[in-house]
Amino acid sequence: MKLNVSILFLLAGLIALLIAGFIGMIISIVYINPDLLKDIIPFNRLRPIHTTSAVSWIVLTATGGIYYYLTRVERLKLYSERLQKTHLVLFLCLGVVIYMCYIFGVMGGREYLEFLPVLIIPVLLGWVLFGINYFKVVWKKIKDGPVYFWMWGTGILFMIFHLTEAHFWAITDIRSDFIKDLTIQWKSYGSFVGSWNMLVYGTAIYLMSKMKKDGELARGKKVFFFYFLGLTNLMFGWAHHTYIVPTAPWIRYVAYGISMTEWILFLNIVYIFIKNLGQAERKIYAMPYRFLMASEFWVFVNLLLALLMSIPTINYYTHGTHITVAHSMGTTIGINTCILLASVSFIAKKLNPNNTVENTLVYYAFLFFNGSLFIFWLSLVIGGIYKAVWSAENGHSSFAQMHENSSPIFVVFILSGCLLFISLAIIVHQLFKDLGESVYQQEKK
Amino acid sequence: MYKGKGNFIVLIALVSVFTVYNAVLYMGEETSSSSAPRMSKEAIRGEQLWQENNCTACHQLYGLGGYLGPDLTNVISDPAKGSDYVRTFLNSGVKSMPQFDFSTEEQNAIISYLEHVNATGYYPNYDSEFSKDGWVTIKYK
Ligand code: HEC
Repeated sequence: MKLNVSILFLLAGLIALLIAGFIGMIISIVYINPDLLKDIIPFNRLRPIHTTSAVSWIVLTATGGIYYYLTRVERLKLYSERLQKTHLVLFLCLGVVIYMCYIFGVMGGREYLEFLPVLIIPVLLGWVLFGINYFKVVWKKIKDGPVYFWMWGTGILFMIFHLTEAHFWAITDIRSDFIKDLTIQWKSYGSFVGSWNMLVYGTAIYLMSKMKKDGELARGKKVFFFYFLGLTNLMFGWAHHTYIVPTAPWIRYVAYGISMTEWILFLNIVYIFIKNLGQAERKIYAMPYRFLMASEFWVFVNLLLALLMSIPTINYYTHGTHITVAHSMGTTIGINTCILLASVSFIAKKLNPNNTVENTLVYYAFLFFNGSLFIFWLSLVIGGIYKAVWSAENGHSSFAQMHENSSPIFVVFILSGCLLFISLAIIVHQLFKDLGESVYQQEKK
Repeated sequence: MYKGKGNFIVLIALVSVFTVYNAVLYMGEETSSSSAPRMSKEAIRGEQLWQENNCTACHQLYGLGGYLGPDLTNVISDPAKGSDYVRTFLNSGVKSMPQFDFSTEEQNAIISYLEHVNATGYYPNYDSEFSKDGWVTIKYK
């Protein structure tokens, strides 16, 4: 018997998802009850637990999936299983250390990476280990290989680059120039998200081509065109986060122009949506199929929102409001989480066709998940519009009053958030059961 | 010729442009169009405290950050607020804000940081000009 390391990555990812959801639910209550847990563990320590867990869910599950697909489905041999194990152990230990940092308030990093800045070194090391294993395995196949090999490789390399870039503030010359520092900071975040999207969208294309048994779907000029369009946006399209920051106008011009190319992506998605996925093996892969279809819907809604927000005139109003949160929640939960749940339930089926991820309870949880996410998303958009109007009125009422007046919206936001968490927990519970049986595998003869 | 060759050429071209773009961005004097001087040692110390206490979880600068508390970009030059006002807030533990225990020297550092931020520009940028193509020309300090 031998440990299946890929499955352990997936299980770690699912635990991170539960933590992210649970803490997210708790901290949303602080919006209407500011004293909640304040003396035990205040919001400034809880929020990073929530965000780091959410990012860990995405990254660990995408990674576990890639390891699994390479070794179990493509039947490729890893360059080194020991490196893979080291990668897992390193990330698990880091997880414990980072959670401790937050719980005890030992911080010092920037937003989304609030842990002690030196910890980025082992994080980067983990990515390098992954990169070595990955490229050693696919390098020979990448040349005329399918687009997901390109996307995964790009995701790994850019993750390393942008996590490093996010710490450029440690260089005094950059740090002492506040605007430049802030700009580089947000550049790195935009591209950091772009990097994990490469891993996740690569996974989505992989799943579609496997479920449709159509290898050509991931090859050819068209998919590569979209890959390069995505990469261009990853590299140059980040500045819509900083339209309102006094940077040099050229940076923002470039970002505006590049961001608008995503309309092409958008129209293509509408096209796919209408054409639908066709007769994939829906029976066996009912759950992964549903999650993928749901993710298409969320891509549609969120890309439309993102495109509007990338127009400077609209961005002027939406920036700094909950509309930005609606966008980030919509993409991380609606798109990334749906694709990753599709991936995990696909793997559950591969491990054992008798696994019942498509049972009635999970199916209802899936419906509730999407329904509550929609209300959640909408409440954030409405809250954002309210704040935008308040901000444009400039000084008619204080921040505290505006916050107070938003309470009814916050209540809807909290309630739908609770529903969202419960439905996710039901889905995760089932997946945990299915995967848990396969943590150990028979040694191959 | 294998099929992947064209893809490699596009990739190399993109990465080359990206490299130049990054170099200009990191090293160019033009990245920030603000005429504010460099941050003082004290302001950097203030920023350090800002990070160690994760003020960003609730507060925004230029609209970037958490949403529980108000944006602090121009709190220093707000006629109704200013440095003394900020000082009274720091250890107040008001609403969801944690009960901090900053020494006078630490309070000065945080204020010095916020003074620096204030000098770099405006947020919200009420005097922006909108043009028909969707562009917004912001006002610089
Ligand atoms: C858990 C959330 C939270 C954290 C963390 C936090 N604050 Fe606050 N802060 C608030 C809230 C909420 C208010 C608004 C109180 C009100 O207006 O009733 C506030 C108000 C302020 C104000 C007054 C702003 C104004 O315009 O009236 C200042 C200054 C301030 N905080 C500075 C800081 C600094 C510096 C830190 C970090 C050391 C910090 N805060 C951390 C929640 C927080």
